[in-house]
Amino acid sequence: MGKTLADKVWEDHVVHRAVGEPDLIYIDLHLIHEVTSPQAFDGLRLAGRKVRRPDLTIATEDHNTPTIDIDKPIADPVSKIQVDTLRKNAKDFGIRIHSLGDVEQGIVHVVGPQLGLTQPGMTVVCGDSHTSTHGAFGGLAFGIGTSEVEHVLATQTLPLTKPKMMAVNVEGVLPAGVTSKDIILALIAKIGTGGGQGFIIEYRGSAIRELSMEARMTICNMSIEAGARAGLIAPDETTFNYLKGRDHAPKGADWDAAVAYWKTLKSDADAKFDVQVDLPADSLAPFVTWGTNPGQGVALNDVVPNPADIKDEAARGSAERALVYMDLKAGTPMKQIKVDTVFLGSCTNGRIEDLRSAAQVLKGSKVSQGVRMLVVPGSARVRLEAEAEGLHEIFLAAGAEWRQAGCSMCLGMNPDQLKPGERSASTSNRNFEGRQGKGGRTHLVSPLVAAATAIRGTLSAPSDL
Amino acid sequence: MEKFTIHTGTALPLRRSNVDTDQIIPAEYLKRVTRSGFEDGLFVAWRKDPEFVLNQPQYKSASILVAGADFGTGSSREHAVWALQNYGFSAVLSSRFADIFRGNSLKGGLLTVILPESEIEKIWEQIEKNPKTKISVDLVAREVRYEEKILPFEIDDYTRWRLMEGLDDIGLTLQHGDKVTDFERKRATFMPVTLTK
Repeated sequence: MGKTLADKVWEDHVVHRAVGEPDLIYIDLHLIHEVTSPQAFDGLRLAGRKVRRPDLTIATEDHNTPTIDIDKPIADPVSKIQVDTLRKNAKDFGIRIHSLGDVEQGIVHVVGPQLGLTQPGMTVVCGDSHTSTHGAFGGLAFGIGTSEVEHVLATQTLPLTKPKMMAVNVEGVLPAGVTSKDIILALIAKIGTGGGQGFIIEYRGSAIRELSMEARMTICNMSIEAGARAGLIAPDETTFNYLKGRDHAPKGADWDAAVAYWKTLKSDADAKFDVQVDLPADSLAPFVTWGTNPGQGVALNDVVPNPADIKDEAARGSAERALVYMDLKAGTPMKQIKVDTVFLGSCTNGRIEDLRSAAQVLKGSKVSQGVRMLVVPGSARVRLEAEAEGLHEIFLAAGAEWRQAGCSMCLGMNPDQLKPGERSASTSNRNFEGRQGKGGRTHLVSPLVAAATAIRGTLSAPSDL
Repeated sequence: MEKFTIHTGTALPLRRSNVDTDQIIPAEYLKRVTRSGFEDGLFVAWRKDPEFVLNQPQYKSASILVAGADFGTGSSREHAVWALQNYGFSAVLSSRFADIFRGNSLKGGLLTVILPESEIEKIWEQIEKNPKTKISVDLVAREVRYEEKILPFEIDDYTRWRLMEGLDDIGLTLQHGDKVTDFERKRATFMPVTLTK
């Protein structure tokens, strides 16, 4: 029987296997940020352990960092301590770090791929659930907790039990205005936030193969929102072209050897998946969330659903609570929902292509009066690239705020937060209660919908302009 | 890590599904660099409601949380496990847990037990009727017991053994140090490194 892509990458990384034990898996790249690492480094110190492979480890500051006045000390003293702690740990243990103000600083999941450190067939981990992003290159990438961060620092391995395999097939051609964000939001609405629990998802089909690397990263990024710890896409010429010439991509003969290996990284024709999900591309439309988990979404043209129509008791209760929290009434057209804030950024949609597509919609228009739009590039490099293309001028002319790189309002650990009762259209990944600020209400959207919503002030697609 | 064999205590009914780790502990509490003191952040937004189950005096001494399906979705923050433990919970019962949360809990000695949804509902009814009901979570026998009920649960042998012995995962892996070194020798030379050689 054939193997899936994930099976192949897994088998290539087994260090130790014994009956009745999890496999010991080698980790090729460990990304670190300030929030989930301090207790791990403390653990190492307590046990007198070292970092086994500082040369396979890289740190960046992203969650706490401000997106304005980055030349001044971090104002929040608790945030400052956490960032200072990361700097000290990196120094003490010999780990490369890109600090605020550094040209390579940014969201950890934007920085890795952009440096060419994320490559096909690799195992990548980070103390952050959106590590699944890196699976877009055809490797196994998953989020881990702080105990596991310590484990990887000390041993460069993790004991893991192989998940089951799910294939998500997106065949056909996406209608105009439908993006990879809409694919993943529609998938989560279909299978639920627990649908992928215990699985690795491989995204397949002609619509997936047509996507750029940025768009593939958006899909894999939100695998965790479907409950799957990892999502991946077979590498192809799009992947190789993205990597070629990047800082850490192989060069010369190494490049040829790497590509020869990378080309073997695909699921065999007779590979067996435990579950298959079909999501025909032509059935998709711009998608938005109405509730307080990413599975509570509908097409933008649809209305706020009525909880009474939901059969499952737990899901109905959850929908009822969500409508109260979101201050929405069943039956309201999604397009009538007015927002206060538009957030364009995050590890889901803070890459150059996301900024380009939003800028194209905004060009020559103004952000609606009373709406605040924050544009936060995923990394300092993305910001520079956007400025070189003049995108910042489009955002500024439209009345949006052009910020420095970081996680920002995706989770509001820095000062970029919603106020109680405020409503956002956000290109990020989570619409949980209070996620973007206490009492804040979040609608997850694509960059195209974010831009159109900023102009109209209500949830909108570019076709509504 | 403390050994986990059998825990007996009273339980608290959290009749909500899809409880994400942002609700268990919001991001503002994640700025700390310690492993303790997170109990004040546990369900902090919901605790503002006096009716919320954590505020009800009859469940004050509960050490077992009985939650709806898909508990612990979202962020990988292990702080969610620490917050539950710091508050005084030793075990969580649910019909489904998010993968990362479950992994974190079993690393840290918070026993997460999967029971059928119908049994979770019966436990809710029992503890709402009598909050003093003693529940035993027995890792040795792999069963949950209360009143006359015996509910078997599954957990893999390796995790069970590690929890019962209170073993340090890193210490166990370091015993395979030679195998890791062998593996590293065979890695392809084109693989990237973060530091210049």
